[in-house]
Amino acid sequence: MKRRDFLVASGAALAALKARAQQFQPGQDITPFIEKVTGGAAIERSGIEVELPQIAENGNSVPLRIKVPSPMTAADHVSAIHVFAERNPRPLVAVFHLGPQTGRAEIDTRVRLAGTQKVTVLAALSGNRFRMAQVEVLVTSAACLDEASMST
Amino acid sequence: MIARTFALAALSVLPAMAQDISRPQPARPGIDFQSADVRKLQADDFANPGMLAVARGERLWGEKLSGSDKPCVVCHGDATKSMKGAATRYPRFDPALGRVVNLEGRIDACQRGYGGGSALAAESAELVSLTAFVAHQSRGLPMAVSLEGPARATFERGAALYRTRIGQMNLACTHCHDANWGKTLLAEPISQGHPTGWPAYRLEWQATGSLQRRLRACFFGVRAEQPAYGSDDLVSLELYLAARAQGMAIEAPGVRR
Amino acid sequence: MIVGRLQVPPTARRGEAFQVRILIQHAMETGYRRDMDGRAIALNVVDSVVCRYAGREILRAQLGTGIAANPYIAFQAVADASGEIEVEFRDDRGEQGRLSATLTVT
Repeated sequence: MKRRDFLVASGAALAALKARAQQFQPGQDITPFIEKVTGGAAIERSGIEVELPQIAENGNSVPLRIKVPSPMTAADHVSAIHVFAERNPRPLVAVFHLGPQTGRAEIDTRVRLAGTQKVTVLAALSGNRFRMAQVEVLVTSAACLDEASMST
Repeated sequence: MIARTFALAALSVLPAMAQDISRPQPARPGIDFQSADVRKLQADDFANPGMLAVARGERLWGEKLSGSDKPCVVCHGDATKSMKGAATRYPRFDPALGRVVNLEGRIDACQRGYGGGSALAAESAELVSLTAFVAHQSRGLPMAVSLEGPARATFERGAALYRTRIGQMNLACTHCHDANWGKTLLAEPISQGHPTGWPAYRLEWQATGSLQRRLRACFFGVRAEQPAYGSDDLVSLELYLAARAQGMAIEAPGVRR
Repeated sequence: MIVGRLQVPPTARRGEAFQVRILIQHAMETGYRRDMDGRAIALNVVDSVVCRYAGREILRAQLGTGIAANPYIAFQAVADASGEIEVEFRDDRGEQGRLSATLTVT
């Protein structure tokens, strides 16, 4: 998927949003993003672990751990993990593609969060199955739209 | 809550003698006042983003920089040996330069004087990386700056500045870092203001930066004019802070929020 | 060229899980930051990270501005045969980087 398509898919329309105080930055409804992946199929709310700090000191870099228990066989595996941040100017954060050759579905990364919000992780499994978890993170210093740090 | 915190600070009586060094007890490095995640990140030599600067500094150690015809390695050889302990002694009075320099200043002067190159700009990737690399060779070693001879006057100046009210908020360093360390300010715990973790990767900057960059941010924080990089004010303050942190272990590269 | 670091254990037993750790040096500019003159700094991100184990793709990541600067990815894989773990990444300007490490499976 080309970068441009990826960014359009991630909600670049919000890119024009001016910098605002954190409490006025609205969250987006990410249902369309979810449905684009699932095609409307049923989503299980269990079988997926998402770890994020309760309080993130700085939204520029927040640790995220995702674990989807799965045998990771050809018949039964996780094929992709999608990460959404509803209040980020581009809600689609990343997509991790894996499969039976990976052996496990456990990923660690660090994300940017533009303010206190819910982070959504959607796992796509073989057989058109989906699992989702959502975690609220309190972000004391928002990323992306808080420009105070530039002068220091 | 913040107003009351500062009112208490203003009421505290401060020693008038500039040569007193205020040492909060127990002495705790800056990393102690960071979140669990940041502490974990600093301790992780692979994931610590400051280590990218150290790695870059290691590469630059062997390269000719901006017009210089001598890479550092030509004179200094293996940095893990030659630079071990070096950072514990900075800032220091340099007889050849005739003034007190911090580590960045010494690296820059070296590359210009002995390498024949042009200046390494303050906060440039090259200077930050080399400083991080050199400071890292002293990780775990105690700060041990000298206040002998001409360094004494610089130290006195730094000690006085540390206690001078500045900015629209009319605060001195001591009000936060001696009188109110450990308390929270805008949801962030105030540290004791020790310099041992620098250069550090600051999450707010999304980059590794120098102690002087952090000090300038402090000036910004109290709405004071920021002294220029390499200015007497900042070098003096650095020397005072280094003396104040005597015996505390260098953590470079640090990670801060 | 984009630089980074890759860490895998030197050895692993067949069938055992092991961790691959990747750290990439890149600003991951969001396009929202402004320089000291007020001009927007152009968007520039590492958008693709691909990891192969003995030639087979085991992870492909599509990244965007929502990933922190100096992207960090760590994941669990399962040891099969001895071989190279290779990571290739590129950004939206065509800059690329490549890292590799050898895994010996006993």
